[in-house]
Amino acid sequence: MSDTADKKINDDTRHVSRHDASKRPLSPHIQIYRWTLTMFLSILHRATGVALYAGTLLLVWWLMAAATGPEAFAFFQAAAGSWIGQLVLFGYTWALFHHMFGGIKHFIWDTGAGFELSAVEWMSRGATVIPILLTLISWVLAYKFMGAF
Amino acid sequence: MVEIALPKNSRVQKGIVHKADKKLEKPRTLKIYRWDPEDPANPRMDTYEIDAADCGPMLLDALIKIKNEIDPTLTFRRSCREGICGSCAMNIDGQNTLACTKGLDETKGKITVRPLPHMPVIKDLVPDLTNLYAQYQSIEPWLKTDTPQPQSEWKQSREDREKLDGLYECILCACCSTSCPSYWWNSDKYLGPAVLLQAYRWLIDSRDEATGERLDDLEDPFRVYRCHTIMNCAKACPKGLSPAKAISEIKKMMVTREV
Repeated sequence: MSDTADKKINDDTRHVSRHDASKRPLSPHIQIYRWTLTMFLSILHRATGVALYAGTLLLVWWLMAAATGPEAFAFFQAAAGSWIGQLVLFGYTWALFHHMFGGIKHFIWDTGAGFELSAVEWMSRGATVIPILLTLISWVLAYKFMGAF
Repeated sequence: MVEIALPKNSRVQKGIVHKADKKLEKPRTLKIYRWDPEDPANPRMDTYEIDAADCGPMLLDALIKIKNEIDPTLTFRRSCREGICGSCAMNIDGQNTLACTKGLDETKGKITVRPLPHMPVIKDLVPDLTNLYAQYQSIEPWLKTDTPQPQSEWKQSREDREKLDGLYECILCACCSTSCPSYWWNSDKYLGPAVLLQAYRWLIDSRDEATGERLDDLEDPFRVYRCHTIMNCAKACPKGLSPAKAISEIKKMMVTREV
């Protein structure tokens, strides 16, 4: 084989390796994409959905305790009434409201309505703020009915 | 698959700073993603200083100025420079759009320019769109009919024609698909907003007679239903279209044909 032919083959392989698609880097994505409220709410909807599974277990615990007897129920009451228990329940209340309003928002979108960008934005803002307000109102009312103030 | 971190070979490094060699009247700084297939090094962010007073009004003008005057190796796609060809789609300051319709005065401070997200990079700002085009082909984007061809043209009422508004304007720039987290994680199975908007464009066309088969092809846990209405698509679209709405309409068509 002549040197020139050899060189040609070398050049050809270099040409192939230059265009080796598997060596291509992946362009940056979630690290760099500008966050939007809708993007954030989508993740939060998933997260609150997962949290509701855990919350449902708490509900089951409560019912089981009530069915088991006074001691088990008193234990649940003490756990739920502790500051950490109340914090968990507060989080559960918010997750429930948040997921519900997220669900309503998705239900509206599933009908094909509310896709104008302005509507998307006010629906998303509403589905963020209203659950927070309802959570606070629920807890204030709950404390009021328990005679805390 | 959700993979938050970039692969090792894709992690972006600090790049070269090209300082302006004279006083600039209206200085603007651009940080641009660079990767050269002939260089084994990782991608990097190079910095360029330009004078906006001596530059066209759009981001594409700035890129062309850099290529002409500072660094001829900078590589990007462009053609029409008026938002109709879709070539210069890229990620500008964290959002996908067309460089030719993005005004420099719409941006503040340093401008960061990267290729469309979560795509294999061919060079610099040029992504490999092969998968997207294959997906586009898979929805068979042409008129399909059984009835014999009419003597003149396929006719359509004014109302039926109006159903294509908001769909036919799509230029397939891929801004929407590459803004979609669902597409980032599942682009092997999920068709993504751009292709689904096109799919709906043929589903809703009164002249098309393959609606049933088209819906059969889309009826799949991934192809359509990976859309979780995240809305990045509609926010990114440089033509102001809503792929999210088109996808919602496809889902509706799927449900209503069952009842």
